[in-house]
Amino acid sequence: MGNEEAVFFSRVLTETTLSFHIIYATIGVGVPLMIMIAQWVGIKKNDDHYILLARRWARGFIITVAVGVVTGTAIGLQLSLLWPNFMELAGNVIALPLFMETFAFFFEAIFLGIYLYTWDRFENQKKHFLLLIPVAIGASFSAVFITIVNAFMNAPRGFDIVNGEFVNVNPLLAMFNPAMPTKVAHVVATSYMTAAFVLAAIAAFRLLKGSNHEYHKKALYLTMKVGLVFAIASAIIGDFSGKYLAEYQPEKLAAAEWHLETSENAPLIMYGILKDGEVKYAIEIPYALSFLAHGSFTQEVAGLDQFPEDEVPPLYIHYLFDIMVSIGIWMTLLSGVFWLGVQRGWKMVASKWFRWLIVLGGPLTLVAIEAGWWLAEVGRQPWILRGIMRTQDAATTSGHVDSMLILFCLLYLVLGVGSIVVLRKMFRNNPVEREIEDRDTEKGGDVL
Amino acid sequence: MTLEILGISVLWTFLFGYILIGAIDFGAGFFNAYSTLTGRQHILTNIIQRYLSPVWEVTNVFLVFFFVGIIGFFPKTAFYYGTTLLIPVSIGIILLAIRGSYYAFETYGARGHKGYSFMYGLAGILIPASLSIVLTISEGGFIDMVNGNPVLDYWRLFSSPLTWSIVVLSIAATLYISAVFLTWYANKARDVAATNMIRKYALIWALPTIITAGGIIFELRNHNPEHYTNIQNFWPMFLISFIMFIGTVWLIWKRRNYGLAFLLLVGQFAFAFFGYGASHYPYLLYPYLTIYDSFTNPAMAISLIVVFIMGLGLLIPSLYLLMRLFLFDKDYVRGKGDYHA
Ligand code: HDD
Ligand code: HEM
Ligand code: HEM
Repeated sequence: MGNEEAVFFSRVLTETTLSFHIIYATIGVGVPLMIMIAQWVGIKKNDDHYILLARRWARGFIITVAVGVVTGTAIGLQLSLLWPNFMELAGNVIALPLFMETFAFFFEAIFLGIYLYTWDRFENQKKHFLLLIPVAIGASFSAVFITIVNAFMNAPRGFDIVNGEFVNVNPLLAMFNPAMPTKVAHVVATSYMTAAFVLAAIAAFRLLKGSNHEYHKKALYLTMKVGLVFAIASAIIGDFSGKYLAEYQPEKLAAAEWHLETSENAPLIMYGILKDGEVKYAIEIPYALSFLAHGSFTQEVAGLDQFPEDEVPPLYIHYLFDIMVSIGIWMTLLSGVFWLGVQRGWKMVASKWFRWLIVLGGPLTLVAIEAGWWLAEVGRQPWILRGIMRTQDAATTSGHVDSMLILFCLLYLVLGVGSIVVLRKMFRNNPVEREIEDRDTEKGGDVL
Repeated sequence: MTLEILGISVLWTFLFGYILIGAIDFGAGFFNAYSTLTGRQHILTNIIQRYLSPVWEVTNVFLVFFFVGIIGFFPKTAFYYGTTLLIPVSIGIILLAIRGSYYAFETYGARGHKGYSFMYGLAGILIPASLSIVLTISEGGFIDMVNGNPVLDYWRLFSSPLTWSIVVLSIAATLYISAVFLTWYANKARDVAATNMIRKYALIWALPTIITAGGIIFELRNHNPEHYTNIQNFWPMFLISFIMFIGTVWLIWKRRNYGLAFLLLVGQFAFAFFGYGASHYPYLLYPYLTIYDSFTNPAMAISLIVVFIMGLGLLIPSLYLLMRLFLFDKDYVRGKGDYHA
């Protein structure tokens, strides 16, 4: 196998592993926060339904954590196996947040173990709740630290290269690179948003399947409300991400927006097709790109004509951007209407078709996560470290990547199917109605 | 102490931690699968699950800590080991993935599912074997430089007796460590049937462990004379290790003081592991890579150490809490009260 093939298969394997890990990882970042909110509301309102909600989410969460942990371990090792040259370089400059991340994992893992095995062990409910805080902090900080590494790949800082040697390495400067603030904030906010809408989808699905229990209605209202907050936050931070790109990675922005020629008063192009260097059938929102890039409706935005051809990322990322943004706006509207509807007592939000839309929203937000990451990563090409190391120079020289790719695809199939089967079985064999009854008889009908 | 030695000592300590608690974990999974298969799971399963359930994820983090840390402190290892280890480590990852996820599937989703238990039991016992290959390769003689890139010679690797002795040692030691720990744990739980059963496993696996361990030192004489000479300089450590081994076996044989037996076992492995590590010094990979020529820049090294110290400040109290609640809490160990989510 020539090196070109090794590069190709390394890319495919990295893409596969990351695309798989990110589903479980995003849920892993967001769900602890949701459990926390539910348990807190339960304690405050003295409402057993919310406590049970937290408990059932926690049970499902174990399964997604397990898959998140093992696929995360896989990607962590694969980075060294597939991109040894990159990791050697990265080790010198950006190892610090990776190392910090392991402490975040430790913290999360330890307290998750304790939290799961101490339900009802303490007299005081709040003590048990406190154990959850480190879990949520650990999970969110895993995301923060790993995203800092990824931000560094987009805007490397904090070192000089003299004759191929690293000098003046400043690990803190490398961490606090220009890409970091928007990237970290956007990733964390979208993780919370995703977790909320995935859980909302489950609640809506249960309601559709004939369980009209109060429990599911409370779950739906809570998750949609949280989802709305984070959807708005994601959109605002996403706008800042655009401004970051305009300043530091203009080629990514130009490719994502199909902004072919540098111009003022730049319109935002949604959808469409690119034919012979011309954009057709697209929706143009006048001045919007100037606004996204610079916060002013008239300012000049650099177009693709400004960059050498071999440094322009693949143009299909335009569609990825469209998918992400459309889903973001759609989910904001959907959850906004739902929230208003509940406030005003609109019948529509309890109707079947509306609930189906909520069910659809769960998978859709996961699609947005995938689209967003593909946009960010493919949009960085041909660089693995922007401006410093090209992806093709970073890959392994080993000749067996193709067979490993097959093995890992099989693994992810087994894990994906396994986790879905187990989750379904878990909740089907123990429906919430029965659990509520059990709890009531156990307590002799007492509230907590 | 130089930064290089400080760095490798920290990493080696965490690797030791992983090997110890990983072995308990993997061995327990194997015994569980074995007893399920032979229809005796009612004796063991409770004990094993009660110990394993809250800690399995923590075990995994020790491994993550090691491989992230080694890239941080010794970035050149990414180039040498990353390029050559694609196949063995990929197989290791797949086994880890099967083991971790199916453990969770069985424990939380489908209790008593025989297929799942079997999968994670078997995967678990193969993990030490596949990961131990890395230690074998570090002895040198299996990697050639071709056009400036390291290439692993699989034929030489798999036809070497050293490889297979290390594989056998890793499996035997896993089962031995696990059995000694579980004997103590089962005894603490006052579960007589389980104690008797696991005690027998501990005695069975003691001999293969010590024989292969000795055999490996012997084989190194041919394979890597330099390392062999170094090992001899550390003979007191190996002697202490051996005496502790005798102590463990004797206590278990006499059914006495299982707690002390386990402590001696930890000592046995610690002395052997650190003796081995010290004699490996300064090489990370014979003869290409030492801890000195692969070390990161001072700025990174110092910030890693600062973060490590702050991290320990977080970690030690948390680990203490975990152990107090699950390892040393009498009610929990004896299975009084089910507080699982
Ligand atoms: C639920 C998922 C989701 C939703 C609804 C949105 N995003 Fe997003 N976006 C992500 C999920 C995401 C992500 C997965 O989190 C990415 C990938 C890498 C990253 O930094 O965040 C991302 C990246 C990303 C980037 C590239 C950043 C970079 O490469 O440095 C931009 C410019 C935006 N987003 C902008 C937006 C805008 C204007 C949105 C308006 C609604 C939006 N995103 C909604
Ligand atoms: C710290 C975080 C991350 C690091 C260090 C990282 C590292 C890498 C590396 C080494 C490549 C290889 C270049 C290539 O294949 O072209 C890559 C590409 C890629 N990564 Fe990331 N990645 C990170 C986060 C993510 C996440 C979370 C995803 C989510 C799915 C992701 C998706 C991708 C994709 C899709 C590619 C392929 C791009 C292409 O082939 O053009 N990355 N990344
Ligand atoms: C190249 C990119 C990545 C690498 C190398 C990586 C590495 C890892 C590793 C090694 C683990 C297992 C830790 C353990 O043993 O507990 C893990 C789990 C996890 N990762 Fe990733 N990760 C990457 C991308 C991401 C991203 C982008 C996010 C967040 C958006 C994320 C969030 C998590 C979380 C929350 C966990 C804990 C498991 C869970 O709760 O589901 N990871 N990751």
